[in-house]
Amino acid sequence: MSSSVKWYWFASPQTFYPLAGRIALACAVGAAALAAAGLYVSFFVAPTDAQQGDAYRIIFIHVAAAWMSMFLYVVMAFWAAIGLAFNTRLSAMMASAIAPTGAMFTFVALWTGALWGRPTWGAYWVWDARLTSELILLFLYLGFMALQAAIDDRRRADRAGALLAIVGVVNVPIIYYSVQWWNTLHQGASVSLTRAPSMATTMLTGMLLMALAFWLYSIAAALVRVRCIIRERE
Amino acid sequence: MISAIRCVLRRDLLLALRRPSDVATALLFFVIVASLFPLGVGAEPNQLRAIAPGVIWVSALLSSMLSLARLFAADHADGTLEQQLLGAAPLGAVAAAKVLAHWLVAGLPLVAIAPVIALQYDLPAPLYGTLALSLLLGTPVLSFIGAIGAALTLGLRGGGVLLALLVLPLYVPVLIFGAGSVDMAAAGLSALGQLQVLAALLVVSAAFAPWAIAAALRISTE
Repeated sequence: MSSSVKWYWFASPQTFYPLAGRIALACAVGAAALAAAGLYVSFFVAPTDAQQGDAYRIIFIHVAAAWMSMFLYVVMAFWAAIGLAFNTRLSAMMASAIAPTGAMFTFVALWTGALWGRPTWGAYWVWDARLTSELILLFLYLGFMALQAAIDDRRRADRAGALLAIVGVVNVPIIYYSVQWWNTLHQGASVSLTRAPSMATTMLTGMLLMALAFWLYSIAAALVRVRCIIRERE
Repeated sequence: MISAIRCVLRRDLLLALRRPSDVATALLFFVIVASLFPLGVGAEPNQLRAIAPGVIWVSALLSSMLSLARLFAADHADGTLEQQLLGAAPLGAVAAAKVLAHWLVAGLPLVAIAPVIALQYDLPAPLYGTLALSLLLGTPVLSFIGAIGAALTLGLRGGGVLLALLVLPLYVPVLIFGAGSVDMAAAGLSALGQLQVLAALLVVSAAFAPWAIAAALRISTE
């Protein structure tokens, strides 16, 4: 029972505020260290790709950002649902604190994808299934943020945003599969994202390091933002 | 519950009937948007035939979305919505009835007029059936999903543009399968698969959207 008491204890914004500060600092330091290690591996240790040359190195940022963009939407919807179900203020604050970071990673994934696509496919943008669904994911994030920004009453903003996030998370798989289906029907000149079949271990290491760095960064950024929201509201 | 649905449906349809210009505006918007595309991309018949399903579907989607803003606004302004929230009839049923009325007023006319647009685009006549059927199955889904957005943005400033931002990404699957079914039929293949997916989307949205609409209405009016 003692653990459950602690959960409730930290569910209060006042008690969570100092804890969030400590966790955010630790995560920020960890993110910086891991990002440094990841960038070192990706630029100096990982071998040059046989087919794509050095252009492939953007994968280390691109893939990690794409993972985080999708994962963060689910986390956001999770907190939103908790906030809606249990009426906890902090959960709703978490959801609105995660949204900008998620949108940022979605944008980074699209941007680095464009920069990667130019030298390898010869085009900044192709209507690939993954690119398209990532773009729609960005729209979903922006819609969530725009809805919350348009409502002055914080309570209503939290709950309306939560409902939208839940509707969105139910729709994301449907959108993903419909876009994939559409893509296979329409695609004339096939451009596929499949890379060299076996990935060098150092490449995988670099990618995982970057993914972990982004993960910690997301936690740190969300917690710093949630601290701002707590200050603003309480 | 059935009587409540019938009552709301009858009331909304009567209101729409008394103000026919609202219905006509949405329909006119559909025709105008669809007519603008040839002016933009050129009147080459083969190209028009190729883009026709997509253009008709996008126009239908926009037209259906435009009329969404009015779905709850008038009832919210004159207090009817509050009475419906307090009333004994389940709010989900009331919401479903309102969506159904919206579709009958804003969706069904599109289905009826789409073949005329298809004629303008020189779409082969055998495809009219598939086009009408896909719209018949797809436009109610648009009304159901859109009503969630309309309920969430009720009474907000800049509601119309915000509504578009919320709802349009969620319309993507309907657009893909709707236009896809006509494309499929145009390629001489069976469009049954796409139409079945549209029907599935309709069933799922009809089952779950009323709850979400009711929850959104409660959030927006408290």
